[in-house]
Amino acid sequence: MTVLLEVTNLRTEFTARAGLVRAVDGVSLQISRGECLGVVGESGSGKSVTFSSIMGLVRPPGHVTQGTIFFDGRDLRGMSAEEMRGVRGRDIAMTMQDALTALNPALTVGEQLAEVLIAHDETLPKGRAARRAAIRDRCVEMLGLVGIPSPDSRLRQYPHEFSGGMRQRIMIAIALACRPKLLIADEPTTALDVTIQAQVLELISDIRGQMGMAVALITHDLGVVAEHCDRVMVMYAGQVVEEGPTDDVISHPRHPYTRGLLASIPRPALRGQPLTPIKGQVPNLMGLAPQCRFHSRCPLAQPDCLVEVPMLSAGPGRRARCLRLEETS
Amino acid sequence: MTDVTLAHTPPADSLFRRNLRDFRRNRLAMASVIVVLIFVIMTVAAPLIAPHDPNQTDLFRRLQPPAWMEGGDWAFVLGCDGLGRDILSRIIYGARISIFIGVVVIVLATGVGILAGLAAGYFRGWVDVVIGRVVDILLGFPYLIFAIGLMAMMGPGLFNIVLALAYKEWVIPCRVVRGETLAVRELEYVEAARALGAGSGHIMWREILPNIMSPVIVVATIRMANVIILEASLSFLGLGVQPPTASWGSMVSDGRAFILEAWWVSTFPGLAIVLLVLAINVASQGLRDAFDPRFSE
Amino acid sequence: MSLSRLLERLLQLIPVLLGVSAIAFLMMALTPGDPVQIIIGDQSITPEQEAELRRGLGLDRSLLERFFIFLRNALQFDFGTSYYHRRPVSDVIAERLPATIELSLVALIVALVTAIPLGVLAAIRKNSILDRLATVGSLLGVSLPGFWFGLLLIMLFAVQLQILPVSGRIGYSSEVPTITGFLLIDTLLHRDLAAFGDALRHILLPAITLGLPMTAILMRVTRASMLEVLRQDYVTFADAKGLSRRRVLFRHALKNALIPTVSVAAIETGSLLGGNMIVEAVFGWPGLGRLVVESIFLRNYPLVQAAVLLYAVTYVLLNFVADILYTVLNPRVKL
Repeated sequence: MTVLLEVTNLRTEFTARAGLVRAVDGVSLQISRGECLGVVGESGSGKSVTFSSIMGLVRPPGHVTQGTIFFDGRDLRGMSAEEMRGVRGRDIAMTMQDALTALNPALTVGEQLAEVLIAHDETLPKGRAARRAAIRDRCVEMLGLVGIPSPDSRLRQYPHEFSGGMRQRIMIAIALACRPKLLIADEPTTALDVTIQAQVLELISDIRGQMGMAVALITHDLGVVAEHCDRVMVMYAGQVVEEGPTDDVISHPRHPYTRGLLASIPRPALRGQPLTPIKGQVPNLMGLAPQCRFHSRCPLAQPDCLVEVPMLSAGPGRRARCLRLEETS
Repeated sequence: MTDVTLAHTPPADSLFRRNLRDFRRNRLAMASVIVVLIFVIMTVAAPLIAPHDPNQTDLFRRLQPPAWMEGGDWAFVLGCDGLGRDILSRIIYGARISIFIGVVVIVLATGVGILAGLAAGYFRGWVDVVIGRVVDILLGFPYLIFAIGLMAMMGPGLFNIVLALAYKEWVIPCRVVRGETLAVRELEYVEAARALGAGSGHIMWREILPNIMSPVIVVATIRMANVIILEASLSFLGLGVQPPTASWGSMVSDGRAFILEAWWVSTFPGLAIVLLVLAINVASQGLRDAFDPRFSE
Repeated sequence: MSLSRLLERLLQLIPVLLGVSAIAFLMMALTPGDPVQIIIGDQSITPEQEAELRRGLGLDRSLLERFFIFLRNALQFDFGTSYYHRRPVSDVIAERLPATIELSLVALIVALVTAIPLGVLAAIRKNSILDRLATVGSLLGVSLPGFWFGLLLIMLFAVQLQILPVSGRIGYSSEVPTITGFLLIDTLLHRDLAAFGDALRHILLPAITLGLPMTAILMRVTRASMLEVLRQDYVTFADAKGLSRRRVLFRHALKNALIPTVSVAAIETGSLLGGNMIVEAVFGWPGLGRLVVESIFLRNYPLVQAAVLLYAVTYVLLNFVADILYTVLNPRVKL
């Protein structure tokens, strides 16, 4: 498998009134073609900002201040705003947490779907009528693909006329309209009922198989990752703390934070045993000292952990940001 | 009522101080406060500051230009009007009318508005319905029309202007107070006071009112700027204070006859209005940013 | 918006309209001074004639009766006779109304055309020099008294530069037979371009003066709501779709940002009614506002009463329209 996205040493900072917040600090990651990468972390761990940075969607007062982003051999950070618009929606697409807020309440679903095609699709016929018909056909096709019943008649409806699950599907249809090479799915199920969550994830997996696209699945739910992702990357306080093949990481976590995350998930097999939450709180991202960021909450912490910890190899295809790896092997 | 000690009143004081500090840091707002203060001092000390008697006519000085223009005289810095009266002195005395009416109308209206708003928000039910209807009806009139209609009925005069404006003005603080009261009355500390047996009057005055004063004060300052413009408008139309008493609106109106040859007669009193109103508006914006950040961007 | 909901809102208007009429009625009924004496003036008449006049005006009845008669007549646009003009009040008002409506509409257009682009630009370039200027401008706009601002414009454009007329609706040389009463339309209907230009030059300064506070307020509203909308997820999502900046700003953001602007514009159109009195006085504009002010000094009470009622009813209806517009424009608000 060839590498599709390669990010090296990415740093994104926000200038707040009280000081500089380093929301993403030295993140490196890779996604191969057709691969599904799970990105896990608590809210505020920088997982969403990482991918907004990749898409060039970080708004002031935030700025990407360091790092390289190569997608399909092209340097995204070196691109002009105009060139980035050509990449977004066509090569890299994104879905957001809550379709209710991501879809424009004042525009019909059909318009919101059609405009992506109009912006990016050069294969549309030139003649006016033919073009219109082609756009319409594609819209109907996409809504059908994501499982909206009688798509033809629903194109003229507004987002609020759909149920939550349907809206999520519509958002996915919009993201997939130009058959992107990479889909960034940011917490695609958080806003949904449990029963619908599984359906939406199934849908994403199915389409991934059909289109052969890569997916970055951002979530705080390790269960979702276990079921759908080839590889997983765990983020904590703006840094990647562990990465590796999903099965390996889940069955044998090496970073104390990943272990803590796994221990705090209720599992049927462990019914009756108390859950162990991770003690303490995520550190304030403002003015962090160069040291292990999990130190204050870590059960394995030693005085010598108060140094900057690099990602260390932790077995085949695995890395973790911890000095106590021998204790977790 | 028995003496109930209430422990759960939120620490309004420390918050107030922090807000005040925020406000003081806003330089533009502080500058505006100083401008307003200067006007207030002008009002109080008018007889001491004014270089001349504002009503002293002198036909030899008719339409005398400002000091820096040809034919000007530094004893009459801003020039003289059509009757040869000193414009600067009239502006200084005119500030009295504007500020007096602004303050009295706002104090009256805020007082009535607080009473009505507290009653409507606290008792709800028919009290709220009745007050709400009256508010709706009064809001049905464009402000100036209502005031003009009342002035037509009552005739001109300082006291009548105050009434004509206050009759409608109280509606605005009333709506603010009602809304805030509705929000606050369900909060825990009010609940606690009620559980401890505090009477309605005590709860409204001691528990609710102190905690909703920020928006009330912010609204009062913004409205004061408006009331000053309204008074000036009434005076401009000749429905305000009667001559020869100097008021800014009527001074601008007097100057209309001379716009071809003596621009200064209308211009300076108008400038005074703008300066005062602008200063109040900027200060109230600062107040709002510091004390009631919900409404600022 | 469902029909039943619309009907319900309409029904809610009734008590307000009744109350407004009652106040308009009482304002004049309680005015000191005997209308009969005003009408008589210095003419000498017999006591019988005076009693006859009193009965004719309905002044011998109780206040409540008089109110209901007033209401009944008002519903038929019968507001009595103007003491001064010795003609039905409704005729006199109808004559003056087009000038006032024309001025208000042009002011509204001036305000919308300047406020919306400025507000949008200020929001897009937040904290830029343009944004700061716009913010200062909007503060000035609400702080400038209309009568003074109007005079300044006259002094600058009419007296100093002499490029625009001082007052009136149209020059004496233009002869425009009335069709609609709106000079800008009538001149065009007569294909009299010179007169149209003349009318346009006359209306420019009054319209700017009248529209200034509204411009300031609308600009603030547009800027604030545009800033609010630009923070929304759907704008980020539109960006994530790779749409052109123009499409994101104007189709996605502005369409939502204009919802509050439009409804505030409807409310503020009501406040133009009040501003009319001042502006018409400054520019000698022969409209209703000036008529009302003149009538007060002439103690022509039936006319003042009718005008107050007319203004208030228009104002209430405009607020109603604002309310409806807000819900109609906003597909999210389900009724």
